[in-house]
Amino acid sequence: MTLDLSLLPDGGVGWLDASGDHADIVLSTRIRLARNVEGYAFTPRARDGERLRVLSQVREAAQHLRPLQAGVLLRVDELPTLDRQLLHERHLVSKELAGFDGPQGVRTGAAVLLGDDVSLMVNEEDHLRLQALRSGFELSETWRAVERLDQDLGGRVPYAFHTEFGFLTACPTNTGTGLRASVLIHLPGLVLTKEIQKVLASLQQMGLTYRGLYGEGSEVVGNFFQISNQTTLGRSEEELIDHLAQVVRRVIEKEEEARRVLLRDAGTVIEDKLWRAYGTLRYARSLTFEEAMNYLSGVRLAVGLKLISGLSVYTLNKLLIFSQPAHLAYLEGRALTEAEAHVARARYVRQALTSEAGSAG
Amino acid sequence: MLCENCKERDAVVTVTQVRNNAVTQRPLCQQCAEEQGVETSVAPKASPIGDFLQAVQQQSLTVPGDQGACHFCGATTRDFRSSGRLGCARCYGAFERSLRELLRRLHGNSKHAGRRYEPPAPELIEAASLVGQLRDRLRRAIEAEQFELAAELRDRLRTFE
Repeated sequence: MTLDLSLLPDGGVGWLDASGDHADIVLSTRIRLARNVEGYAFTPRARDGERLRVLSQVREAAQHLRPLQAGVLLRVDELPTLDRQLLHERHLVSKELAGFDGPQGVRTGAAVLLGDDVSLMVNEEDHLRLQALRSGFELSETWRAVERLDQDLGGRVPYAFHTEFGFLTACPTNTGTGLRASVLIHLPGLVLTKEIQKVLASLQQMGLTYRGLYGEGSEVVGNFFQISNQTTLGRSEEELIDHLAQVVRRVIEKEEEARRVLLRDAGTVIEDKLWRAYGTLRYARSLTFEEAMNYLSGVRLAVGLKLISGLSVYTLNKLLIFSQPAHLAYLEGRALTEAEAHVARARYVRQALTSEAGSAG
Repeated sequence: MLCENCKERDAVVTVTQVRNNAVTQRPLCQQCAEEQGVETSVAPKASPIGDFLQAVQQQSLTVPGDQGACHFCGATTRDFRSSGRLGCARCYGAFERSLRELLRRLHGNSKHAGRRYEPPAPELIEAASLVGQLRDRLRRAIEAEQFELAAELRDRLRTFE
C-alpha cells in the first residue's frame, strides 16, 4: 500500500474526536461549496488536458492559502483501488471522486487537497468542492472555515458566476450558493419508538432531505441519518444554514424525548437489548459490517443513556470508521476475503472494547 | 387520473411544457407518452435525485429563444436530458429559458440570493496559471531527468517569486 495516513493532517480523523456540541447524538457537521473554474468545460465533459490544467491552476493558488499550505495533495487518479476506498471510508473523498460511482472509474486529474481544518476536492462533479468537517453539531464554526477558504480561493482562481443564477454548477440541484450543509445524526430512539418516519416526512416538507452514512445514494445503516438542505437557490448561505440548524435542534429534542420515553416505558427491555449488543461486540468472533453497525448503534445509545459508562464516544466513532473493509485490510497489511474481513472486524472491535472495559459494567 | 390523450389508460407521467411563456401540464399514460417521445422510465420518486431527473426529463425539448447546442462546449439539450449535467458555464446562457423554469421547479426560485462574487483581476489569473504550468513542466522535466530544461524552467519561475 502506498498511502501513509499518518502524513495526513490529524490523520484525517480529527472530526471523530467527539469534542463538538451534542457529540453523543451528532457525529459530525459538514459543509461543502461547489465551484467551477471559469474558462473550462465542467468536469464530466472536460477533456483530460482541461482537468489537468484546472488541477495545476488550483494547486498553484493553494500554495498561497494558509489552511492548505501545510496540507497534503493526493492525486486520487494515481492511487490504487484500496487506497481510494480507504479515503472514501474516511469521508475524505466522495464516491464519485474515488471513481466508485459508475463504470468510467476514476477521472484523470481527480485529486484532493487535505488542509488543516478544510479540504478541497478537485475534478469531482464540479471542478472544486470546498469543504469543512467538524465533530458534533457545529454549523457556525464549520461555515466560518469554509467561507474563509472560499473567499481566499475565489480571489485567486476565477469562479463561474452568473448574476441571476449565482455560482454555476454541473448539476442544477447545486446552482446558486452551491452549498450543502449536512449533519450526521444518530437517531436510535426515534427508530425504536417508530417515530422516525414522521420526522423524516416532516424534513422533506421543510425543504430538507436525508441520506445514509455516505451521502447521496447510500443506505441508512446503524440508525445514522445525514440531514441536509435540499435547495441551494433563492436563499442566502446564512439562511440555508440557520434553517437547517433550527430543524436539527428540533430533531435532537425529539430524539432526547424518545429516549426518555423508552427508558420510562420499556426500561428493562431496552437495557437488556443494549447490553446484549455490547456482549455480542465484546465476544463475537465474526461480524459483518452491518451487524457491527447495528450493535454499535445500540452501544452508542447505551452510552448516551448512561447505562454503560467508561466507554468514550471517541472510541465508538473510531470503531465506525475502522471496522470498514479497506481499513481492516490496511490494519492487517493485506487484502482480505469477505470471511477474513468478518473475523478481522470482530477481533478489532473486541480489542478496542476490552482495552476500555475497565469500568464498563 | 386518466390519460388526456387516449382517455382510456391511467396516466403515469405529467408532461410540463412551456410555450409562449404559458405553462401547460398534461397527464399521459405510458404508451401515449412514448408515442410523443417522452421518456417514462424514470427513477423512483423516493429519492431526491429521482425527482430531479424526472423534472429534467419532463422539460420540453426546446424552448423558444434557447439555442440547440452550447457554442462553447457543444452540449445539446439532449445531452442534458440524458445525463442531468450541464456541459459548462456557458450552457446556462445557451439554455437560459428552460433552465430558469427548471431551477424554479427544483428550488422554488431561480434568483440567487447568496454571496455576490467579483473575479480576481485578469493579470493575477494569467500569472497564476502560467506559474502553475511552469511548475508542472518543471516536475516533468525532473522526472525525465532533463536537467538543463529544469534549470531553465526554474529560472523562469524565479522571476515570478
